[in-house]
Amino acid sequence: MLSADTNAPIVIKGIGAVSPAGWSANTLVAQTLSDQPLPHEERTREGNNHPAKVRPVPKPDAPQDFARHPRLRRVSAISRFVTAAGIEALGQRRAEAVRQNKLRLGIVVVFATGCVAYTGRFFQEVLDNPKLASPILFPETVFNAPASHLAAILSCTGINYTLLGDAAEYLSGLRLASDWLTTHQCDGCLVIGAEEIDWLISEAVQLFTRDAILSEGAGALYLEMDEDGTSNAPRISCITDPVLYTHDMDRNLAAKKMRAQLELAAEVEKHSLLLDGLQSSKTLDKAENNAWGNWSGQRLSIRKTLGDALGASVAWQCVAAAAQLKSNTPQYQSTLISAVGLNQQSIAAKFIPPIST
Amino acid sequence: MPTGSGQHYRNQQAKRVVITGAGIITSMGLGWQNNADGFRKGRQAFRDITLFDTSNQRVHQAGEVILPDHLPTHQLKPRQLARIDRASHLLLHATAEALNTAGWTTDEIADKIPITLGTSAGAMDCGEAFCQRAVKQPNQRRGQASRIHRYQTQHQAITLENALGIRGPVTIISNACASGANAIGHAFRQIKYGGHQRAIAGGYDALSQLVFAGFDSLQALTTTLPQRPFDANRDGLALGEGAAMVTMETLDSARDRNADIIAELIGYGASTDIHHLTQPHPEGEAALRSMNDACAEAELNPSDIQYINSHGTGTPKNDVAEGRAIQRWAGSNVGEICVSSTKASIGHLLGGAGAVETVISLMALEGQWLPPTTTVETPDPVCTFDLVRQARDAKLDHVLTNSFGFGGANATLILKKFL
Repeated sequence: MLSADTNAPIVIKGIGAVSPAGWSANTLVAQTLSDQPLPHEERTREGNNHPAKVRPVPKPDAPQDFARHPRLRRVSAISRFVTAAGIEALGQRRAEAVRQNKLRLGIVVVFATGCVAYTGRFFQEVLDNPKLASPILFPETVFNAPASHLAAILSCTGINYTLLGDAAEYLSGLRLASDWLTTHQCDGCLVIGAEEIDWLISEAVQLFTRDAILSEGAGALYLEMDEDGTSNAPRISCITDPVLYTHDMDRNLAAKKMRAQLELAAEVEKHSLLLDGLQSSKTLDKAENNAWGNWSGQRLSIRKTLGDALGASVAWQCVAAAAQLKSNTPQYQSTLISAVGLNQQSIAAKFIPPIST
Repeated sequence: MPTGSGQHYRNQQAKRVVITGAGIITSMGLGWQNNADGFRKGRQAFRDITLFDTSNQRVHQAGEVILPDHLPTHQLKPRQLARIDRASHLLLHATAEALNTAGWTTDEIADKIPITLGTSAGAMDCGEAFCQRAVKQPNQRRGQASRIHRYQTQHQAITLENALGIRGPVTIISNACASGANAIGHAFRQIKYGGHQRAIAGGYDALSQLVFAGFDSLQALTTTLPQRPFDANRDGLALGEGAAMVTMETLDSARDRNADIIAELIGYGASTDIHHLTQPHPEGEAALRSMNDACAEAELNPSDIQYINSHGTGTPKNDVAEGRAIQRWAGSNVGEICVSSTKASIGHLLGGAGAVETVISLMALEGQWLPPTTTVETPDPVCTFDLVRQARDAKLDHVLTNSFGFGGANATLILKKFL
């Protein structure tokens, strides 16, 4: 478990997001704070009697410079989401430093389903006639393609992992990045969670709950080590050990244990903001509701506003959690992130304001 | 001494990391001994694909595993057992063998030992089945939730934990064909600097129609088996499947329990090749960097390394790029370094390749012999190193293994004979 004291050395120097609210962290945060669910669409596939509810990412308001990069000409949406959120979190000044080899950047990209749009399309082509299956699509089906594109756009040749897992895995990604930073494997690290909507996934999600509204996008944090304790950025105070769903640990128990671990590791102040993963689904919310049922503090449920973007949702929770601590006079003593994954693990994290505040 | 990111670790409080268990399953067979015997004899283990229809493909053979009709001793419930996917099957065999070799007790295994897995496709066959059913019978939902669960890589990890009583956190790295090496490298660092006493790591991938057709669509598969890595007339790779896992622990932990130590893991390098999504930099820039970084961490010069188990896919571009990287890395010493690609015998195991080739490197170190690339007829001009074409005895102190993947994921591991 990461250190839970206020001298926690990992600081959040940048945030970025793409969501149904728009192509920036600001639009994500504004929509989240409004607590107003965005409208959703119903999509029907020929022959399927169950329309899928989705909240897609809108087209960007203005052309994006990075979108003209040759690597992004033929990609599916997820690579654009990863790139946009990553570049926003990194910022132009640091991006230039990476290009000039002045900043050793690590990249962690986290998916639950990943590059599913081209995977489904390519497999359909294989079933139709493998001789005509597209050699352009296939490489984009590989899980680490988006991370590769981002690295190419940034000219980043350092360590770069794509992690797979359920939605809670994003917090493990933050822990991995923290390990890289504390062992000086990189100077700064982007951690990006992303997903894209496809009919395959929207129909799959409906198998678990009819209430689901599938969403898409990406969330990114840019982390650095605060070697001398002077940074005025929010900090990661604690990430709990993952509680896995095994023979002797069901999802309900695991969610409760996750909260207990968080409270054991870190002081949970009265004026903390809880960013949970509730999405108005009786089935899927049960474990997390049970774990946090007696929470009397403020809470925000991003999935209720933006939809369930699987791995990206927990990244959004983290982006919003960091944003709430960025101001000079933060409203909260800490922000708590609760991630109760569907079929692997429950993990929680606590962020704290800059020490100077 | 090469410089690289490895130099930054020296200020950290580092622990020595040893490998005390290893397990493997490939088309060569199940287990360390079958594989060691096969590689030593230079066997090639390719057969007609039975798992899916290849009648419309250019290629019909691969390193398909003949699955044993039994699983190792496990704690799976009958329902879980009935639904076990092929990738989990492979993974279970390799992990059970690694744990048996290590000799960890049941309590030790259940003591929060972290698992790191590398895979590029997980249980893609379950995803394919989900997709086919959804297309053909859109309103038939029976069994679909199970298929989508089993498709996800975390399902294989949780199945492994349930089956063998492991209770540690799971990390799944999907860095294409470098995944298995990244997984072992990640676990190495978890022990060396992360405070863990032990770790389990490795990689796996099962053959799947989508991935097979994908490589065929790229015309990356050889149509003239056997595949011939480093041959001047090579024309592509052959796919394989399998899994390999290792148990790792601190030297102190191994010594405390008088464990047999197979080898010491002393260096790991990881880099990203940004030249192209599927093609390496022609001069092997990123490959050179990962080899240099691994050497820096190991505090070795290239001349200290006797054998390289290369990535050696047999594609025209990979082998020449890797060859150039080896030439640049070794300098004037290049002629002294033995190099082979064991993919010539079992094919390219994608996410499993790095782990399988680590275990083959362990076999070489332990037995003091060199696994060959037996299929070479005319060596490519890039082979200014000693290309091993027949198995032979050798004095090995340090072995390096390379893994390079789509997306430019590059990883290098260095193993040391434990004295």
